[in-house]
Amino acid sequence: MTSEDVLRLLPTDDPIRLIDADGSRVDGSGGDRYELPSDADLLHAYERLVVARRLNDQANALVRQGRLAVYPSSHGQEACQVGAAHVLQKGDWLFPTYRDTVAAMERGVDPVDVLTLLKGDWHSGYDPYETQVAPATTPLATQLPHAVGVAHAAQLRGESTVVMALTGDGGTSEGDFHEALNFAAVFKAPVVFFIQNNEYAISVPLARQSAARSLAHKGIGYGVPGRRVDGNDVAAVLAVLGDAVERARRGEGPQLVEAHTYRMQAHTNADDATRYRLDTEVASWVDRDPLTRLEKHLRGRGLLTDETHEQATAAADAMAQHVRDGLNRDIEPDARELFAHVYAEPTPQLREQAAQVAEEASREVAGR
Amino acid sequence: MSAGQIDHEKLTMAQALNRALHDAMVADDSVLMFGEDVGALGGVFRVTDGLTAQFGDTRCFDTPLAESGIVGMAVGMAMNGMRPVVEMQFDAFGYPAFEQIVSHVAKMRNRTRGRVHLPMVIRVPFGGGIGGVEHHCDSSEAYYAHTPGLHVVTPATPSDAYTLLRAAIASDDPVVFMEPKKLYWSKEEVALGTDGPGIGTAVVRREGTDATLIAYGPTVPVALEAADVAAQEGRSLQVVDLRSIVPFDDETVCAAVRSTGRAVVVAESAGFASVASEIVARVTQRCFHSLAAPIGRVTGFDIPFPPPKLEHFQLPGVDRVLDAVDDLQWEDQ
Ligand SMILES: Cc1ncc(C[n+]2csc(CCOP(=O)(O)OP(=O)(O)O)c2C)c(N)n1
Ligand SMILES: [Mg+2]
Repeated sequence: MTSEDVLRLLPTDDPIRLIDADGSRVDGSGGDRYELPSDADLLHAYERLVVARRLNDQANALVRQGRLAVYPSSHGQEACQVGAAHVLQKGDWLFPTYRDTVAAMERGVDPVDVLTLLKGDWHSGYDPYETQVAPATTPLATQLPHAVGVAHAAQLRGESTVVMALTGDGGTSEGDFHEALNFAAVFKAPVVFFIQNNEYAISVPLARQSAARSLAHKGIGYGVPGRRVDGNDVAAVLAVLGDAVERARRGEGPQLVEAHTYRMQAHTNADDATRYRLDTEVASWVDRDPLTRLEKHLRGRGLLTDETHEQATAAADAMAQHVRDGLNRDIEPDARELFAHVYAEPTPQLREQAAQVAEEASREVAGR
Repeated sequence: MSAGQIDHEKLTMAQALNRALHDAMVADDSVLMFGEDVGALGGVFRVTDGLTAQFGDTRCFDTPLAESGIVGMAVGMAMNGMRPVVEMQFDAFGYPAFEQIVSHVAKMRNRTRGRVHLPMVIRVPFGGGIGGVEHHCDSSEAYYAHTPGLHVVTPATPSDAYTLLRAAIASDDPVVFMEPKKLYWSKEEVALGTDGPGIGTAVVRREGTDATLIAYGPTVPVALEAADVAAQEGRSLQVVDLRSIVPFDDETVCAAVRSTGRAVVVAESAGFASVASEIVARVTQRCFHSLAAPIGRVTGFDIPFPPPKLEHFQLPGVDRVLDAVDDLQWEDQ
């Protein structure tokens, strides 16, 4: 590899941005290498951002009502969520974390099903093979080597699958993140590693996470090109991720894309963010909101009609109603099922234990 | 320190642990605390609350998010004059550090013929009963107890939390300090002195004559409650709290079991190849002729820890403990 090749791996000094916070089209800052998505794509993205924001609001409400055990909100990160899903084609895989409920929905998983784990159930809620969405992962960065494995297997099987692997900024400190990048590069696996850098890992700010110039720079040592993108600009996210996906599909190997965004809400409902960050800092991100930014842009160009707006709101209403209906249903979980899927066939010991639970249950019924 | 000078305060277990860290840091400059979210946030369970404010960011600090790095760095710091205490945020998030713990923390003393020792503590909040989602309720003590070279302790009361953590920090061997999450908010009067039970001593929590319940950490209150209920039914149950899994206090446990002739082990983790298995094996071997019945076990099932709504099926409860006691062959069958 010559120095010039290495330079090609380097991310831009500033995150790539196509639309400014005030809604105007940006030139320069590396943005000119990317085309603005088509009007139709932007209008579609607008609708999906409206729906995405609503899912976050709805899920937060369901936590307050005790219907969800916990919800890590992606409020403020919706452009990343929508972008990561919409650059994929049928057959491509997505590897989400606990914060990527919206991205999974955008890949076609029923949001009620995506919320299964967060409701406090014991299984992922959906069949990963139906939508090529892996079960959401909580142990940080551990899903990234899996993404490489799925991509490499696809290569061996002659499939043109691309894998989108999601992680947070904190996750980039884990060993698995580095091992996954290295493996992907060595095997030229068609993986796009997408970091949503929302400035915090629970209470720990980015400065304590990494001393690198940017998280996208972490790819260079492995021979993986890094890209930085404004994560609150859905146009830029779509363009940069779309390009990375295309390259991966052409056989050019993995890319590392870092989105600069911000976690507008607490880590989860159980977290008290006032202990470690100032309200003024949070407020400074309000103006950069991904939804209002796109709205301003579309209005400025006369593309956003009242009709589109109403259509998006209606889609959000319908989704929210569906989620409420799905989560307000009381389902008595069946304890016997806990023993059914540990192995293909329950071991003799598990059969005994399942029988014990059944016996206790029947005694309880008899005792009532 | 004489008993007269010891302060007493009503504290939760989380507060008692916090005081133990605080007092150890006051007593010894080489004691450090680090991990994920232990600084400004004070830990997700607030066990490190206020330590950074009082002692500064060099004594209690957040690290990058990498458990293997946290434990590995603690090894190096312990090799070079420090007494690090590190936090694994939850039981299941300690697994990325497993390599460091098993291959280095546990073996350094042996590999260097005793020349290098590691005075470090790995704090692990563990167990269920708090309505946690997946990966937040594991009982991982058997992995550590199975690894020669590690001390493994777990308090069941705020008082023991204080003295055991002080003892763990003072220990020249590495200690895996398992904190039962569901007892973090239990409260009692705590004596804030370093005199107290050392690592390796079990305690009889309740005297009884008919059978012995052997428990540790989160199941101690369950055993005590079962003994209360049994007493109302005319059966006198003794309760032993291990406190220390490694080293194991054979003497106290066996003396207790010999005094009653019957025993049930109560533990939250999956039962197969567990700490409970080890207790049954060694007590049976040592007390065979004193036993009127095989030792019973009430443990979690051999399944991944279930979700909040189903966790009561997994957690040993009073009914199961009493059923197991009933099964101890009180009459010829
Ligand atoms: C291996 C591991 N260690 C610790 C945790 C506990 N934990 C859950 S989320 C989190 C912060 C993650 O931050 P980041 O990767 O930036 O993602 P974000 O939550 O900001 O989306 C931590 C420490 C975990 N889930 N897995
Ligand atoms: Mg983050």
